[in-house]
Amino acid sequence: MRIAVIGAGPGGLAAAATAAENGADVLLVDENPRAGGQIWRHGPMAPPPKLAMEWIRRIQAQRIETHFGVTVLGRDSNGLVAYSEQEGHVCLQCDKIILATGARELFLPFPGWTLPNVFGAGGAQALLKAGMPVEGKRIVVAGSGPLLLAVAATFAKKGAHVVGILEQAGIHSLLQFAPELIRHPAKLIQGVGFGTRLFPTRPRFGTWVCRAMGNDIVREVIATDGKREWPLPCDILACGFGLVPNVELAQALGCDVEKGKVSVDEHQATSQSGVYCVGESTGIGGEDVALLEGEIAALAALDIPNVTSKIHERWRWESFVSNLGRAFALRKEVLQLAEDTTTVCRCEDVSFGVLKNQPDQRSAKLYTRCGMGPCQGRVCGPACHELFGWELNKPRWPLSPVTLDALLDSQ
Amino acid sequence: MASYDCDVLIIGAGIVGAACARALHQAGLRVIVLDAAQPGTGTTAACMGHIVTMDDSKSQMQLTAYSRAAWERLAAELSPDCEDLAAGTLWVAEDDEEMDAVEKKFRYYSEWNVPCEILDGEGLRRFEPNLRAGLRGALRVPGDRVVYATNCTRWMLQGIDVRPVTPVAALDEHGARDISGNVYRAKSVVLACGSDSAKLIPELPIEPRKGHLCITDRYPGFCHHQIVELGYLKSAHQFTSESVAFNIQPRPNGQLLLGSSREFTGWDAGINNDLLQKMIARAHMYMPALANLLLLRVWTGFRPATRDKLPLIGAWPGRQGLYIAAGHEGLGITTSLGTADLLAAEILGTTPPFSPTPFRASRILDPDYGHHE
Repeated sequence: MRIAVIGAGPGGLAAAATAAENGADVLLVDENPRAGGQIWRHGPMAPPPKLAMEWIRRIQAQRIETHFGVTVLGRDSNGLVAYSEQEGHVCLQCDKIILATGARELFLPFPGWTLPNVFGAGGAQALLKAGMPVEGKRIVVAGSGPLLLAVAATFAKKGAHVVGILEQAGIHSLLQFAPELIRHPAKLIQGVGFGTRLFPTRPRFGTWVCRAMGNDIVREVIATDGKREWPLPCDILACGFGLVPNVELAQALGCDVEKGKVSVDEHQATSQSGVYCVGESTGIGGEDVALLEGEIAALAALDIPNVTSKIHERWRWESFVSNLGRAFALRKEVLQLAEDTTTVCRCEDVSFGVLKNQPDQRSAKLYTRCGMGPCQGRVCGPACHELFGWELNKPRWPLSPVTLDALLDSQ
Repeated sequence: MASYDCDVLIIGAGIVGAACARALHQAGLRVIVLDAAQPGTGTTAACMGHIVTMDDSKSQMQLTAYSRAAWERLAAELSPDCEDLAAGTLWVAEDDEEMDAVEKKFRYYSEWNVPCEILDGEGLRRFEPNLRAGLRGALRVPGDRVVYATNCTRWMLQGIDVRPVTPVAALDEHGARDISGNVYRAKSVVLACGSDSAKLIPELPIEPRKGHLCITDRYPGFCHHQIVELGYLKSAHQFTSESVAFNIQPRPNGQLLLGSSREFTGWDAGINNDLLQKMIARAHMYMPALANLLLLRVWTGFRPATRDKLPLIGAWPGRQGLYIAAGHEGLGITTSLGTADLLAAEILGTTPPFSPTPFRASRILDPDYGHHE
């Protein structure tokens, strides 16, 4: 049995290791240069966390064909088509596919969000791990989700001065999530760990950035709790509003996607026979859930009966996953920050005022070019979905931009 | 359920329907336009938007030369988002045989008073350094243009009663009915739904002819003209087989549109990777530097094709007051303006700008339709 695993974050690593340990012939593909995905991103300057190292060693202990820096372009009649500048066309012929394509950040437009030194929260994290110098810089971390604390902790560790952590979710909705942390103590310990590193900066709940200001780069943000506004001078704003599942490859393979998530059954099987999906692409649940799902998909793909105990273990996370989404649900005020002149589509420079009267996503795209640029709506699509309720851009061939010669010699 | 009255009901808010609506509205008629989707988002949105003079037949030359001149007059009025660019066309000859064809083309275009010039290999390279060395020459038609057809469609429909997302369920003797049961009564009904026209009148011999287009990232100055290989005409002329031809267009923002392919696959909009590769390989042969450019997106669209490569324009026999404006294959953006003037003349009873006979819709009932080439 030959299994292709697409994505080498926690879900993909668990799937690849489990499948290989149980006798499958495994291909592991990721567009990044190293295993780990977004959450376990590491490099020469930033070693991977211990849990990541465990899984990477398990991968290395098996004979797994790995392809890093390889982009999957989509599917044609011969199967998955993948390409990298180093390797040219990569043949991904296989019997079964496990998708572990992860998630990306949700950006919401507010005045000033396109100023230099305004980053996504995850984007800032990646830059820090790549060695961006921040010592002595004043940082505001804002937006929503558990990632904010982790990012703020990394800034603090690198010697930056975290002047504010603004979580839009209110303390009441977060407190409803507290029982989950008691049920999953490892998560609680992780949170406390961030907290001690961040001391004395405490997160403010029910608070968000309504404007970033500065002529050339961001100099100051205006924070608000909906009742009053106050300025926070800063050198960097890291602002992300949670995560959006990457479902494009699943869509290209014909898998059903509902409410922005790939639909899967208890075995992580999608609506397409032989195609499984694990981790954040099936709903935002974090690394523990992704690891379990990776194991389940590998065992299920190989028809191994002891998958049942893993499925039961996964069920214990069910309320954690659904309560996580509820606790960090976006308040309507953060969807109303954009002004008419605020850019929504950065690739094509399309502003909120131009978009707000468009009837639907397709009209917006064709009449204003929103989502037509190099990111193909990966950034503005989810934002428009939140702001206007439009459906997401349908993925087009190729799923990521490639040089034309990539399509010249694929046979 | 409501009932609406107008002089002309136009079914189809693509560029052909929009151009007809504009011409009739300007003549003072009350026009209503219906479409199942938003204006200009069907085949119109899948097109390149090349305003081109083409000489596959005398009739095609008549219609495209007239329409091209009409676009030139319109250029100053169009809104900026129509992205009008007087790029001109280069018909590129690979060898001596094609160069002979260039000379013949030059004489024919000159007879029709279409300004053009012959370039030798060196002259061609001076205009377009990214074309490969060794090409024999080209015919340059400086008056041809490039537009963004979707926004041209919206521009043409300004001030007109357009009802998007109103699919028509059926035609009847007084007009049409939409799927919600609303009734539209009109003296004249114009069917302008491209390949979809056959869904309302099954006898219409219009078939979807699929094409692929690629768009690149922004490379301002990579090429300046719409560049087409001379073999394009042959590719467009054949009716049955799959074919590709080199065709590249510079967009005003620096992006490049790359075509072209033709195939009959029914309504399957999927990417045909083999054909796409042939198409890109063909382009690469003419412009080797394309290899390093970033490709953003590929899509397909359906040209409404007729057997004799001419659109169907005018009264439909058998039903009083029903007119057809469809079947424009790959030339709908260009010929929308000529189509509108012919159709408006027929509906208004005025003198047409040129003979409508070769385009009359009733010709498809002739026993020898589609047999003489």
